[in-house]
Amino acid sequence: MAALVRFLTSSILSKIVMAATGLVLVLFLLGHMAGNLQMYLGQDAMNTYAETLQGLGGLLWVIRAALFIMLVLHVITSIKLKWENYNARPEQYAMRKYVRASLSSRTMIWTGIMIFLFVTYHLLHFTIHATNPAYGGLYDAMGRHDVYSMVVLGYSNVLISLVYIAAMILLAFHLFHAIESMFQTLGVNHEKYNPFIHGLSLTVASIIMVGFLSIPIGVLFGWIELPAGVIIL
Amino acid sequence: MKLKLHIWRQKSTQDKGKMVTYEVDGIIEDMSFLEMLDVLNEKLILNEEEPVAFDHDCREGICGACSLTINGIPHGPEKETTICQLHMRHFKDGDEIYVEPFRARAFPVLRDLVTDRTAFDRIMQAGGFVSANTGGIPDANAIPISKKDADLAMDNAACIGCGACVAACKNASAMLFVSAKVAQYAYLPQGQTERKRRVLNMVAQMDREGFGNCTNYYECEAVCPKGISVASIALMNRDFLRASLSEEKALDR
Ligand code: SF4
Ligand code: FES
Repeated sequence: MAALVRFLTSSILSKIVMAATGLVLVLFLLGHMAGNLQMYLGQDAMNTYAETLQGLGGLLWVIRAALFIMLVLHVITSIKLKWENYNARPEQYAMRKYVRASLSSRTMIWTGIMIFLFVTYHLLHFTIHATNPAYGGLYDAMGRHDVYSMVVLGYSNVLISLVYIAAMILLAFHLFHAIESMFQTLGVNHEKYNPFIHGLSLTVASIIMVGFLSIPIGVLFGWIELPAGVIIL
Repeated sequence: MKLKLHIWRQKSTQDKGKMVTYEVDGIIEDMSFLEMLDVLNEKLILNEEEPVAFDHDCREGICGACSLTINGIPHGPEKETTICQLHMRHFKDGDEIYVEPFRARAFPVLRDLVTDRTAFDRIMQAGGFVSANTGGIPDANAIPISKKDADLAMDNAACIGCGACVAACKNASAMLFVSAKVAQYAYLPQGQTERKRRVLNMVAQMDREGFGNCTNYYECEAVCPKGISVASIALMNRDFLRASLSEEKALDR
């Protein structure tokens, strides 16, 4: 029991929370990205997929709640860690040089904050439609919510597309350090596997970035187009 | 060789402290960095000024007393070299050099460049030992230990407790030091009995001392004069997790 209490208040537990919640969020990102890529299969495929997700009903809310908890834990723990780290060195160096620490590792809190702001905007934009209420009224020929057209319309706005593109680049930058770091925190560090883990970190971060980015870029370049008959309000 | 030095001067822990610029001349490239500071101090004493206080003892890279941050890098620019073993040949005539203490809340400055690193001693007291009955010296090789494990234990035992890892870390985290001290026993059969209790108690003490948290920058590994690897931190994370989940009580002293 005492060991458990100690565990719950320890610095290493905070790190484990960061790693574990981060892992879930990365898996979610991969799933989300795979779903998005169905934009390339056309309106019907995309809207069928979206409807299937909506059809999960109660389960969808359980998944949403779980992801929300992961995100909140990730954010709160990072703030706690940052606060403690900030206090651990009250007097700064007059001269500072980094030998090894990567830029990605040193900017986690900033990329993190920007990603958090982006996620808030993204939910208001495409999920709640608060910024663009007209999205709620888009239906396809089969009477389903027309997610496909919503996305194309959304990204047709160059400014919005640029925000999404910038956010995905920041996300990849965050993930370069995050994925590799997760292994170390969970105790996986072995000469034999370290190059593989490093490669995996770069690869997964790049796949997520390119996968997500390709959609606003596809819309901007006209590779993904509005289906006939959608009236732009 | 002539140098311009920007040195941190602070009268006491309470004092605010500031960077002060000095010029030294007549530095020979075979001098160590500390000998260069000796030259400066002699000049200051002759001028009836207060000499610069800095920690040092063995001056041969094995005691862990010397602790200077040179141009933003603890122990200076040479890899796996303590500042007492850094020679002036690595600098050029006319160089400007910033000399600062190892900065961390857990290492308060006592005076100028001297910091109080007893936080490390308290972490050692919390678990950095093996309990053994005294008696006759055991026979050599009576307990078989593989070459690989012996090497890994020795690599970690090479840590001299200087605190450069804390000084280099953006978060002033002590994970590299503590993990080296956990790992040096974890690889040996003698360390197994107290293995779980050791990691729990040492990490708890580390947290109490007010060090920051490791965010895997690996800056510690880059500056460590003994080349301690961050693989030891991963080992400590593993051991800590396992011990937390299986040890029913953590024994406090
Ligand atoms: S791990 Fe390296 S830098 Fe840290 S105290 Fe030990 S010898 Fe010094
Ligand atoms: S003075 Fe002993 S290690 Fe530098």
